[in-house]
Amino acid sequence: MAQTTAARFVGQRLPRKEDKRLLTGRGSYVADVSLPGMVELAFVRSQVARGKIRGIDIEAARAYPGVRAVLSAKDLDSLGAKCQILHGGMAPAPHVDLLARDNVRYVGEPIVMVIADSRYIAEDAAGLVFVDCTMEDPVITIDDARDGPPVHPDFPTNVADRNAPPENPALEAAFASAAHVVEATIRHQRQAHVPMETRGVVAARQGVDELLVHLACQSPHLSAHLLANTFNLPQANIRVIAKDVGGAFGLKVQPWREELCAVAAALLLNRPVKWIEDRMENLTSAGQAREQEIHCRLALDANARLLAADYDYACNIGAFPQGVDTNFLVEMFLPGPYHLPLYRCRNVNYYSNTVGQAAYRGPWAMESLARETMMELAARQIGITPEELRRRNLITAADQPFSMVTGAVIDRVTPRECFEAILEKVDMATFRVEQAEARKAGRYLGIGFSVYIEPTTMGFGVLSSEFAHIRVDPTGAIIANMGTHSQGHGTATTMAQVIADELGVEYDRVTVHEDDSSRGAFGAGAGGSRQAVAGGGAAIKASALLAAKIKTIAGHMLNANPEMISMQGGRITVEGEPEVSTTLERIAATAYADPDRLPPGMEPGLEAQYRFRSPMFVFSNAAHACICEVDGETGITRVLRWIAAEDCGVMINPSIVEGQIAGGVVQAIGGVLSEEISYDAMGNPTAVTFKDYVIPSAHDVPQIEYIHLVTPSTSDGGFKGVGEGGAIVGPPALVNAVADALAPFGGRCYDLPLTPSRLLAIIDGGEG
Amino acid sequence: MTLHRIEIEVDGDVIAAEVEGRLTLGDFLRDRAGRTGVHLGCEHGVCGACTISFNGDAVRSCLMLAVQADGARIGTIQGLAEADGTLHPVQAAMQAEYGLQCGFCTPGVVMTLASVLEAEKTPSEERLRDVLSGHLCRCTGYQGMLRAAKSLAIQAQTAAGDA
Ligand code: FES
Ligand code: FES
Repeated sequence: MAQTTAARFVGQRLPRKEDKRLLTGRGSYVADVSLPGMVELAFVRSQVARGKIRGIDIEAARAYPGVRAVLSAKDLDSLGAKCQILHGGMAPAPHVDLLARDNVRYVGEPIVMVIADSRYIAEDAAGLVFVDCTMEDPVITIDDARDGPPVHPDFPTNVADRNAPPENPALEAAFASAAHVVEATIRHQRQAHVPMETRGVVAARQGVDELLVHLACQSPHLSAHLLANTFNLPQANIRVIAKDVGGAFGLKVQPWREELCAVAAALLLNRPVKWIEDRMENLTSAGQAREQEIHCRLALDANARLLAADYDYACNIGAFPQGVDTNFLVEMFLPGPYHLPLYRCRNVNYYSNTVGQAAYRGPWAMESLARETMMELAARQIGITPEELRRRNLITAADQPFSMVTGAVIDRVTPRECFEAILEKVDMATFRVEQAEARKAGRYLGIGFSVYIEPTTMGFGVLSSEFAHIRVDPTGAIIANMGTHSQGHGTATTMAQVIADELGVEYDRVTVHEDDSSRGAFGAGAGGSRQAVAGGGAAIKASALLAAKIKTIAGHMLNANPEMISMQGGRITVEGEPEVSTTLERIAATAYADPDRLPPGMEPGLEAQYRFRSPMFVFSNAAHACICEVDGETGITRVLRWIAAEDCGVMINPSIVEGQIAGGVVQAIGGVLSEEISYDAMGNPTAVTFKDYVIPSAHDVPQIEYIHLVTPSTSDGGFKGVGEGGAIVGPPALVNAVADALAPFGGRCYDLPLTPSRLLAIIDGGEG
Repeated sequence: MTLHRIEIEVDGDVIAAEVEGRLTLGDFLRDRAGRTGVHLGCEHGVCGACTISFNGDAVRSCLMLAVQADGARIGTIQGLAEADGTLHPVQAAMQAEYGLQCGFCTPGVVMTLASVLEAEKTPSEERLRDVLSGHLCRCTGYQGMLRAAKSLAIQAQTAAGDA
């Protein structure tokens, strides 16, 4: 059979289709949208973390010139809106009002909407609203939550969900007789996603009963679906547009209270309503993440082989999280790519009077942080190298498919190969000499590693499938409507690469649309590192259907067997008969405008669609190494080198893959060293600007060195996910590097972030 | 509310307007001058997304009032490419080096690099890396824009050597 799909574009570092408009200031982000008659919204937010609303005085605000409406909870009742919790699990979720009604449960909770001719006026008037609110002692930390009064009066305690496996005598026996028992508690601070574009929405009624919503989101289709459920409207009447979105990282999966409020206001006022979150709102009331602590115990035998692991995990999920259930992925993947016979993990989620959690890049990342920091602590305690400890315990190709102690079966992963690849690149012997010399001179260099496997794609719930509709239009141009979505991912580029290969056409001929829920059909967009596998799979399958039709028509027109038709660069030829050819333009013109010349019985037009069933998990994996220096005088950590060896299967565009890894790694650097969402004892946020919430700048990052291993997955195209990995495997590499640097002082630095003052405390109080 | 009459040259167009004293230059450029390519990422002077060229200097437009720009010559990302669409060398380097993902920080990054190149002609790679540290990007880990800075410094030095 003629070969039509030689990979020409997949695997290439092609320029991104998104770039030209973004580089020339012609992008279209939600804040850029302006509609006739549009009004703007500002919120009055709670200034106390826990209390009862006794009364709200809106008179002065309502009288302020330019104010069009001042709305509180009861004004929205006629809409019957229900704010759904997307990742429900089995645990009961609290009821979420769009605006606080009787109780306030965190500082920043929206209480009143002020809608005015401009945001300036809306903010003026918001300052005139007086909320009379009692003040109670709030529940802020995990410790507060354990035995503090319930955040939600209708729940008996602050436990949102708990998983408590029974005692396991075999596990306890393993600990009792182990040659080595290693123990530590690791704390990850609370973080914010901080996409550079904050959240935002412009909502407007259209016609009689339709709704147009421009939204900073991760999927127009999923957002339309959630809006339909929230407002009990037919989904067909809701159109969500998200042309350009300025980063999301999980924060924009679900339109949350504020976005829903703006939609509610547009429905009630019959005018377009715009809300663009400012940075202070973003840091103090958009979804937050992490804030976990985990107590870890490892048992190893005399040969440093793992016998058992026991973890006790707790997470502070805030007052109104977007997911209530204990994160099963933490529990499922804590054992990682190691032989581990016995295992237990207990976990619990607590409510508190803080901002609710939303999924953030690698929401289950605590499994890698806990396991990989423990592996290196174990190596130090036992007195062998971290390389050797990993070699004795990592699974290899011969072990696969490998059944983890948790029941997950992993296959086609290369943790050992990735680990060896980074070791080769760093040259440990030379580094240890350098480190020893530096120590003599009072300089603290350290190296840290981490190895992990990642469940990508997550083909369950709303992520179960992905969609592509691909057509050749009457001019021969190829247009794909897909359920993928980019908030920087470059899916209009990668999907075009896949489609161009499958159809044997030029990359420039393909345009991918993914920005409008009224085009194409349901697809969940970005989330769960799914788009290469799910979107790529849909693109391949739909392209194959379309290619088959093109070949059938070409065979008919050229009087050849369709199996002998070959397509390359838009030219269509017959195998072995180079002089016989036609073009895609001609076939398209026939299909649309001269259907009588089509094969008998064939429907006119040239298009195909396919809904791809996503695999549950496609495993990717990586090993990272980080070299850092901790300044003994200032406690400041500088990252000097970062080496990432990953295996994400077939790479569609290596530059885009590297961009995803780099973005995740640098978020990891911020998470380990500087970022922290903090509250005072009364629940007031203390990181409210980019001066307090410090994310890495260009000064703080090394040039990342990449090594690509390619083990194709069994999914169509051989792709695996790569979007979240750097943020999962990155943090332990850096924590381990700092721990290694501070080994002369005991090296136990497990309270994140590793700020200069924390590290100085270790240096000053350490064993050195 | 008193209004002030201002006249500002934006990307070569003279724009006259009556504005409130408190209107920021960033908001003026976006809402009154149609330059939505000027992005606001923090409105408190840290992220750099709102950077424009102000009489030739890279300036954060969220930290200025529109009235302070009366009579000024402003360049935005929307005026940088040639009329025929040919990208400015900074834009081209950013594309070639995958210096952007979501594109939200990008206008500020590009305006800073372009202003420094324009003013200093042959800045070193270190100088360009240095000015990039005034821009926050949450997507790229800065890798591509640092490569772009390097290639721009080399290009500028080569061009100067040839001249
Ligand atoms: S918006 Fe001006 S510096 Fe951030
Ligand atoms: S590219 Fe998204 S913030 Fe820089």
